[in-house]
Amino acid sequence: MKEIVCKLLVIGAGPGGYICAIRAGQLGVDTVIVEAVKAGGTCLNIGCIPSKALIHAAEEFDRVIHMAGAKSPLGISIEAPKLDLAQTVAWKDGIVGRLNSGVLGLLRKAKVKIVHGKATFRDGKTVEVETETGTQVIRAETVVIATGSEPVELPSLPFGGPVISSTEALSLKVVPKKLIIVGGGYIGLELGTAFAKMGSEVTVVEATQQLLPQYDAELVRPVTKRLGELGVRVLTGAKAKALSDGGLALLIETADGEEQRLPADRILVTVGRKPRTEGWGLEELDLDRTGKFLRIDDRCRTSMRGVHAIGDITGEPMLAHRAMAQGEMVAEIVAGKKRVWDKRCIPAVCFTDPEIVTAGFSPDEARAQGFEIRVGLFPLTANGRAMTMLSEDGFVRVVARADTNLVLGVQAVGAGVSELSSTFALAIEMGARLEDIAATIHAHPTRSEGFQEAALKALGHALHI
Amino acid sequence: MGEFTIKMPDVGEGVAEAELVEWHVKPGDPVREDMVLAAVMTDKATVEIPSPVTGTVLWLGAEIGDTVAVKAPLVRIEVAGEGGELTATAMPETVTIETVEEQSPVAKVESPPLESKKAIQAAPVTRGEVQTPAEKPLASPAVRLRAQESGIDLRQVPGTGPAGRITHDDLDQFLARGTQLSVMPAGLARKTAVEEIRVTGLRRRISEKMVLATSRIPHITYVEEIDVTDLEDLRATMNGSRKSDQTKLTILPFLMRALVKTVAEQPGVNATFDDDAGIITRHGAVHIGIATQTPAGLTVPVVRHAEARGIWDCAAEMVRLAEAARTGSALREELSGSTITITSLGAMGGIATTPIINHPEVAIVGVNKIMTRPVWDGSQFIPRKMMNLSSSFDHRVVDGWDAATFVQRLKVLLETPALIFIEG
Repeated sequence: MKEIVCKLLVIGAGPGGYICAIRAGQLGVDTVIVEAVKAGGTCLNIGCIPSKALIHAAEEFDRVIHMAGAKSPLGISIEAPKLDLAQTVAWKDGIVGRLNSGVLGLLRKAKVKIVHGKATFRDGKTVEVETETGTQVIRAETVVIATGSEPVELPSLPFGGPVISSTEALSLKVVPKKLIIVGGGYIGLELGTAFAKMGSEVTVVEATQQLLPQYDAELVRPVTKRLGELGVRVLTGAKAKALSDGGLALLIETADGEEQRLPADRILVTVGRKPRTEGWGLEELDLDRTGKFLRIDDRCRTSMRGVHAIGDITGEPMLAHRAMAQGEMVAEIVAGKKRVWDKRCIPAVCFTDPEIVTAGFSPDEARAQGFEIRVGLFPLTANGRAMTMLSEDGFVRVVARADTNLVLGVQAVGAGVSELSSTFALAIEMGARLEDIAATIHAHPTRSEGFQEAALKALGHALHI
Repeated sequence: MGEFTIKMPDVGEGVAEAELVEWHVKPGDPVREDMVLAAVMTDKATVEIPSPVTGTVLWLGAEIGDTVAVKAPLVRIEVAGEGGELTATAMPETVTIETVEEQSPVAKVESPPLESKKAIQAAPVTRGEVQTPAEKPLASPAVRLRAQESGIDLRQVPGTGPAGRITHDDLDQFLARGTQLSVMPAGLARKTAVEEIRVTGLRRRISEKMVLATSRIPHITYVEEIDVTDLEDLRATMNGSRKSDQTKLTILPFLMRALVKTVAEQPGVNATFDDDAGIITRHGAVHIGIATQTPAGLTVPVVRHAEARGIWDCAAEMVRLAEAARTGSALREELSGSTITITSLGAMGGIATTPIINHPEVAIVGVNKIMTRPVWDGSQFIPRKMMNLSSSFDHRVVDGWDAATFVQRLKVLLETPALIFIEG
């Protein structure tokens, strides 16, 4: 078989890989991308996009369900609404399909050659790809590893039967009556909230003492409160042990050390993700690691010359937009531009109800860095737009240096606050001070006014509280 | 509450002690696990020491510039649980070359008094490249991108914006001035200021290494002139037809390939000498150190396995390493392990140098400026491109005869450059 020789080979067409390939193609770099499953990777196919589709459908259903029987304070009443999950999933699949072909189209437009199949390293510059038509050998001057991550399996609860990962959860045809979620991180809570709104009786089993352990308690509190309103049972400090009753129940050990049996139709295990480092010949390369991740420098270079790595395989935070930014940077480096990773923050969003968004340092993180800080917090109960949308829970919080008022971090929790993430990140990347935020006109009535008010509060002269 | 004593880790390279070059914390500071406590210097590179525990700093065991033995107590940290003793883990992945940050008089005058307190305090102290995110130079992404493309370290640019933010205008002014800050000519006024500069970090390491090399190694320096006219013609031809992705060839890649051939015949020159043990180690691999001037001082990045590299590859690797050394991103392994070294002050002029051997090697080859000189060919003077090679050898293990043989063989190869490329 004829070999393909190219300047840049990207392994994995997830958000990091496909962005890298498109940008490299735009810059005239002869680029080949290899994808084993579907373009778009975890994010597009079994992660961000389908989960957000399902979350939205669940929100809509929850909204109308509360209008049934004339319970809505808005004065709207409707007959008993119904949900056809199979149709919801088909609609979600339609969106995924459109985006999927969109990515392939963008790659083609950038003149990137796409090879479908599983890649295996032969050496640092050569891979073999098992395609439908046989083995294809590709040689490249530069290789970018963007193989992503996969869900972590619990040895005592292997995936299969009633035990599912987020991938299967996003393709269920029927809403499970009793759903147990093992792991109270953002994936588990996002899906758990959605299924609770669709009618599941949801129980969350979390081993640590707090849900969403990566966030501070103040941010998590409105989410916990809402879970209670939705009837979600939360068991913190509890450990999942094993299936029982032929898979119809989960045995757990509670915080008090007691064993409990929780009946379940489905058990969704979301205890984290691990980098995909096996099954593609990485052992041939012997690249340096940082823990289980590949070690990279500030140009995403691995310990082997001409081999870059981007995205989830390189470490936390495992977020699509981090991978995208790395992919773009590496493409430009390969094209000969001087680039180095110099981002000040990687915003993160948790699409629970209400949503949580963070950018930069939390108050505790800023203090731990040695900064004297001032914090401004504005509750959305004092925000007109939040009131008119029946969603007053939450707040916007800004953290700034006490000496210069330089904004070090912004956090928010509330309905729809995910859309504020770009504003927060922009403020931090631009090096804004509290005065800059305070002096920028924020459109009224919007939730974004909460950001301005939080800055004013930190400066000591909030106007609406 | 308990107390943890964090001990100095083994930072590799078999060293028993390392110089403390920077504290990232002070007593009373809260620290989290993995937060950087200090930076120590080993062989020309800094290594960061992260905290293995979360707590509050109680005590620091050394001052900047002190030499700390491996396993010596470095920091005491108060923790919530039980205390104990721990040896920190060095973080080689964040190895950086030290860069000296100069305090900018402009920034100091123009900044509002309250601002950048941390930066002003920290400015005169040498420190590693890795900073906390909030301590990065304050500039918008577009300004940072422009600086990257122009090869400018934004830490050197005074910012006139709020909180010391560096604007596009600041960058324009810096580019217009070059790296010199706007200091008005002082005229003929008397200057009485004196400045004491503590020799720490890389400068101290260079200083120690030079003393070690000159005090222990009896140098013999041999200077020979080489006619590089044909080599220069070949070089011009090769550069003229090089591919777009090939690095432009200087004379050094030719010298590297010539060295590979020469040391194959004279392995005693590609060697290291452990005089304590009385053992000369001859190396099959030719790892060529390239003495490189960086903003922080002299470093010697190493082109490994030059014997397995073609001339273009030698050139590319040399350029890559020089760039890494200058930007402070070279890894520790890229700065150590050479078996023979090349030094070049050719660009500066000068007819001869007395290179100091890169201890524990036994030879160093120095390149001087190429100059067109009249050469008598037996009947007339003709213009030839001439270059002096100044080479030093460890006279304990390399005899004068062998040194001369080595240099004469290099001369033959460089004067008839086709021989460099002939196999066998």
